[in-house]
Amino acid sequence: MISFKNVTKRFDNFTAVDNLTINFNKGETIVLIGPSGCGKTTTLRMINRLIEPTEGTIYINGTDISKLDVVELRRNIGYVIQQIALFPHMTIAQNIGLVPYLKNWPEKKRKERVEELLEFVGMPPSEFYHRYPNELSGGQQQRIGVARALAADPEIILMDEPFGAVDPITRATLQEELLQMQDKLGKTIIFVTHDMDEALKLADKIAIMKDGKVLQYDSPEQLLTNPAHGFVEEFIGKDRLIRQPEFINVKDIMIKNPVTILPERTLTQALEKMRRQKVDSLMVVDKTDKFIGLITANDVLQNFDNAEKVAEIYKTDVHYVSEDANVSQVLAIMAEKQVGYVPVISDDQKLSGLITRSSLVNVLGQRLTK
Amino acid sequence: MTLLSYFLNNPDTIFRLILEHLQLTGSAILTAIIIGVPLGIAITRHKRLADIMLAITSVFQTIPSIAFFGLLIPFLGIGKRTAILVLFLYALLPIVKNTYTGIKEVSPFMIDAGRGMGMTNMQILRMVELPQSLSVIMAGVRIATVINIGTTTIAAYIGAGGLGELIFTGIQMYRNEMILAGAIPAAILAILADQVLGYVEYKLTPKGLRKTK
Repeated sequence: MISFKNVTKRFDNFTAVDNLTINFNKGETIVLIGPSGCGKTTTLRMINRLIEPTEGTIYINGTDISKLDVVELRRNIGYVIQQIALFPHMTIAQNIGLVPYLKNWPEKKRKERVEELLEFVGMPPSEFYHRYPNELSGGQQQRIGVARALAADPEIILMDEPFGAVDPITRATLQEELLQMQDKLGKTIIFVTHDMDEALKLADKIAIMKDGKVLQYDSPEQLLTNPAHGFVEEFIGKDRLIRQPEFINVKDIMIKNPVTILPERTLTQALEKMRRQKVDSLMVVDKTDKFIGLITANDVLQNFDNAEKVAEIYKTDVHYVSEDANVSQVLAIMAEKQVGYVPVISDDQKLSGLITRSSLVNVLGQRLTK
Repeated sequence: MTLLSYFLNNPDTIFRLILEHLQLTGSAILTAIIIGVPLGIAITRHKRLADIMLAITSVFQTIPSIAFFGLLIPFLGIGKRTAILVLFLYALLPIVKNTYTGIKEVSPFMIDAGRGMGMTNMQILRMVELPQSLSVIMAGVRIATVINIGTTTIAAYIGAGGLGELIFTGIQMYRNEMILAGAIPAAILAILADQVLGYVEYKLTPKGLRKTK
């Protein structure tokens, strides 16, 4: 779908992107990640020609994009940035309908499209159509930012740290929504972030970049189990152990005191607890500490109006492992069931710990630096 | 009492001078808008040019008005033409400067988003930069107008007409009621212009940018 052939970008004496050759497949979410100055944003911005390469060629569906009309090219690529940058003087509808307007869609078609997209991002048109951006929360604004990028139904969407400016709970919700959106729409998304958890959560493929080069370009599971030597290992959080994951016991690396909640608690209390503990999910346990389920920030927010207690909405069909399981089994569950959390349960059904994708990475990283 | 009777006995003269005053100020401001706004926009695209232009226009502003008239009389003679030129040059700085500042203050991320969505430079100017800086530009017009109504009274000294005529003649003839008949309407004009343009400024601020009252 998108391919870079020997692309180099130099700014004065600084080489931002160095002889990059890479292919991004249609319908995949590709995350570009790396420390600042690694060239990830430059790479992204060359796709819609906000930055022109110094050398090399970029192709979209086989066409050299430098041969295309630049304005037309950009109108056919969605663009979302961290600063959101909704136009404050335009209504929500005008913001979303901007690219269709630039493309001269008839007014009726534009209006229908805007309403459809507002529904799609869960913001009823009757309530939001005529509002202005400054009346919305940060999370709502970025939902509109995403809707605006989708407006003319582009095949490719570029997202430059889109969730970098919102609080952790909203971020988790927006990430969840992006995954759901991707299930329905199957866009080709190029996503820049410096947050490894976000990358692992969203990506079909991750490209780890440093000094303008891609060091490894692989699926999240491959990166976790077979990282390239040196920087990639370090960047993910080194893991000599994960290379033989069957030898690591979950008991040794699980989070010992996962944040829990009783089913009798209200949703407001659940949210407050997540906020305080900076997590996006809670383990539901009964008074004897027996594990009975799991609740995520997304569950809470989606059911906030129609439920009161945690008991009404928590998930019970959670995949868990026993204390003597090994990391290999956890990875298998994560990959197979597409889950980010795996609770660890003792023989008497009590919650003894929790493993998340990020805890895997963090703990393994710590072990090596010791 | 003499003031009131002066007003009652000379309504035509006062009315004519008010119109003349407005005409002088109005034509200077209008020209300054027509030239100053595009100039202000143009210099946002060119840093060095901006420094030079803003320096020149602020020099105009620092010359005392009476001296400025004096400087131009040898070349242009006395009368309306010279007066309007000076008034125009005075109005230029606030308008150019506010246009420049207003557009410069638009967040670069807005422009990046606009460009990334496929707006042309003209569309970015028309749909992003101008709407967001309109109220700042209007504030410049408002300052220029209020200052100009004041300076226009001095223009009577070089035979341009306007309410200053009554003031200067009154001073020469030691007639206080005549001075006031020029000064009071001039002051009211300035206050009114400030109020009206303040309202226009508010109206031109896009709804999404208005501060809630």
